Amino acid sequence: MRIHEYQAKRLFADYGIPVAPSRLATAVEEATTAAEEIGLPVAVKAQIHAGGRGKAGGIVLADTVDEVRGAAERILGAPLVTHQTGPGGRVVKTLLVEKATEVSDELYLGLVVDRARRRIAVMASRAGGVDIEETSRKTPGAILKEWVDPTIGLRPFQAYRLAHRLGLVGGSARGVAGIVRSLGRLFRELDASLAEINPLGLNAKGEPIAIDAKLAFDDNGLFRHPEIRALRDLNEEDPLEVEATSVDLNYIKLDGNVGCLVNGAGLAMATMDLIQHVGARPANFLDVGGGATAEMIEKGFRILIADPDVEAVFINIFGGILRCDVLAEGVVAAAKAVGIDVPVIVRLEGTNVEAGREILERSGLAFRAASDLREAAAKVAAAVEEGS
Amino acid sequence: MSVLVGEGTRVLVQGITGNEGRFHTQRMLEYGTNVVAGVTPGKGGQEAEGVPVFDTVSEAVGATGANASILFVPPAFAADAILEAAERGIELIVCLTEGIPTHDMIEVRAYLDRRETLLIGPNTPGLISPGTCKLGVMAGYIHKRGPIGILSRSGTLTYEVVHQLTERGIGQSTCVGIGGDPIGGLSFAELLPMFENDPDTEGIVLIGEIGGSAEEEAAATIAESVTVPVVAFVAGRTAPPGRRMGHAGAIITGGSETAGAKIAALREAGVRVAESPAEIGARMAEAIGRRPV
Repeated sequence: MRIHEYQAKRLFADYGIPVAPSRLATAVEEATTAAEEIGLPVAVKAQIHAGGRGKAGGIVLADTVDEVRGAAERILGAPLVTHQTGPGGRVVKTLLVEKATEVSDELYLGLVVDRARRRIAVMASRAGGVDIEETSRKTPGAILKEWVDPTIGLRPFQAYRLAHRLGLVGGSARGVAGIVRSLGRLFRELDASLAEINPLGLNAKGEPIAIDAKLAFDDNGLFRHPEIRALRDLNEEDPLEVEATSVDLNYIKLDGNVGCLVNGAGLAMATMDLIQHVGARPANFLDVGGGATAEMIEKGFRILIADPDVEAVFINIFGGILRCDVLAEGVVAAAKAVGIDVPVIVRLEGTNVEAGREILERSGLAFRAASDLREAAAKVAAAVEEGS
Repeated sequence: MSVLVGEGTRVLVQGITGNEGRFHTQRMLEYGTNVVAGVTPGKGGQEAEGVPVFDTVSEAVGATGANASILFVPPAFAADAILEAAERGIELIVCLTEGIPTHDMIEVRAYLDRRETLLIGPNTPGLISPGTCKLGVMAGYIHKRGPIGILSRSGTLTYEVVHQLTERGIGQSTCVGIGGDPIGGLSFAELLPMFENDPDTEGIVLIGEIGGSAEEEAAATIAESVTVPVVAFVAGRTAPPGRRMGHAGAIITGGSETAGAKIAALREAGVRVAESPAEIGARMAEAIGRRPV
C-alpha cells in the first residue's frame, strides 16, 4: 500500500527525520493562506501517488502569493499526467504547501527488501534527484549499499559508514547517519516495503533535510498497523479494482479484449499469456482465489463484463479447494442476471468437474465448453475472430 | 525414493484444530500420509481426526517422534510457529499460510539458515510424492507416481501441469510448491540438486513467474549441475510492469525480473521453455522421449 508524500512526512517527523514546515490545501485560498503563514518562498506540491510529479509540472516553486495562487489554480482539480500515471493522469485533490529549502547538495537514500539476499538493503548516493534510476543503470558504482543482518538489525556503525562513504564529514555525516538509522527503524517497525528520500538535501549549514518522501507498506503487515491502514486513499485506485477488493477478489484492469476469470494468480497469469499467445489480448487479471463462493464468482463475472472492451470471456478453473459446481452456479447466476452478448469459453477441471459441467449445460446458456487448455485457446481465438 | 519425504516421514500438523487444519489432516490421512500428532496451544489432550493434539511442538515431538511439520496457522502467528518447530529440531517444515509479513519471514529465514531445518513455503500448496506422502492441500487424485519432478512458484498452475502429465500417462516423483512470497524457504536453486540426485527423477518441470530472481538462480544451477532434461514455463509475459498480481512475489521491479529475462536465462542454460501453458506436458513428453498423445 502506498501513501502520499504529506503522510510520509508526518511519519518522518514522528521518527525524528527533519522535514520543512508545511500545510495541506484542498482549495486555492487555503494554499495562499498556508503560504502566508509559513512564509515565502514555498514549494506547491501536487499530492498523488505516482512519481515524476516535478517534470510533469506538479511541483512549483513560488516566491509570491500570486505565484502560489496561480500554481494552485492550475494544479488543483486537474489531472496530472506523469510517466507513472498512464495517459489519463490522476486528478489532484490535495496540495502540500511547504517552506522552500535552499540546498547545496542532493543525496539519495532508499530502503528496500532485497529478495536475492533475503534482507533489507539500504542504498545511498551523492547523485540524488530526478535521474537516480538512470544513474543507477549507467554507473551502478554511484549507488552505495549496506545490508541489514536481521539478527542484529541496522547498526549505528553501518549508518555512519554509509555517510562516510558518501564523502560526508562532521555534522553532515552525523546528521545523515541519524536519518539512516531513523528510516531503518521506521521501515522495520511499520512493516514498510519501500522507503525513499529523494532528494535528501543538505542546506547551507550542511544539515540534512528530507525534501521528498516516498513510503510503501507490505499489505501483509497492515493487520498490525491500523494507523497505517487508515492512510489508504481510494481516490488513487481504479474503482473496479476497489469494488473487487471489497469482496476479496484480485482484479486488475488491462487494455485487451478478452476478459478472463481464473482461480490462482499463477494460473491467471498463464491464462493471460495463453490469450496473448493465440493473438488476442487479455482485458484483465482476475484471480478469484481458492475459497471463492458462488456470490464472489457472480460479482467477479459482473465486474469482468462491465468492461466495454471485452469481446469474449474465458473462464479457466482448475478446481481444488474451489469446487467446479460452485463456480458454475456463480457464473450461471451472473450470466442470467446481467445477460451476456459475448462468447463465453469455459474450461473446468478438478474437484466436482462433472457436476460443474452439468450445471453449465443445463443452464440453457450458450457457454462454449473446452476440455483442456489447448482446445480453450483455439476457441478463444475463434471467438475473437468472429467478433472482428 | 523421492525428494524430501519418504516412508520415514512422521508428520506433525500445527494448527490441527482449525477448519482447514482438520479438513486437510483428514485428506492427508486418506492419502496415506503418516500424521502422528497435532499442535494447537490450549487444546492439548484432545483428538482431531483421530490424531492426538498437544499444546506445544516440544511435547508433540517428545511423545510421537514427529520429524516433519505442516502449518495451518494464521498469518499473525505463522512465523512463530515455524520457529517453534525449527527450534525443536523438526527436519522439514511446510508452511501453507498466505499473508505472512515479509519482515517476519526475513527473520525466520535468517534463523533457519543457521540450522538444519528445511522450509517449504510459505504461501504454497505444499509438496507431494505421489503414492508415498502428501504434505499439502493439493488434490491427490490428479497425481500419479512416476519419473518427473515438479518445482513451482504457483498453486493451480501446478495442478494444470500435473494434469497434463498424468493425462499423458507420465507420473511424478515429487511436486514441490516453493511458494509465492518474496522471502521464503527452499528456492529452485536449492531444490534442483535434490531432484538431480534422486534416482527416481528422470526429468524436471520448473514453473516460474515474474518478479524476483529465483529463475535466474535456477538457470545458473541447471547449467552447472543438472543433467536430467528440464522443461520450464514462466508465467506473466503479459503482466503489466509495476503491478501486483496477487502473489507478493509477482512484482516487476526492474528489467532483470521480467518474464523475458528469465526465459532467456533458462534457455541459455539449455532448458526447454514452453511458449504456451498448454504445451508444458507435451514438451516434457518430448524431452524424455515419450510419444505425444
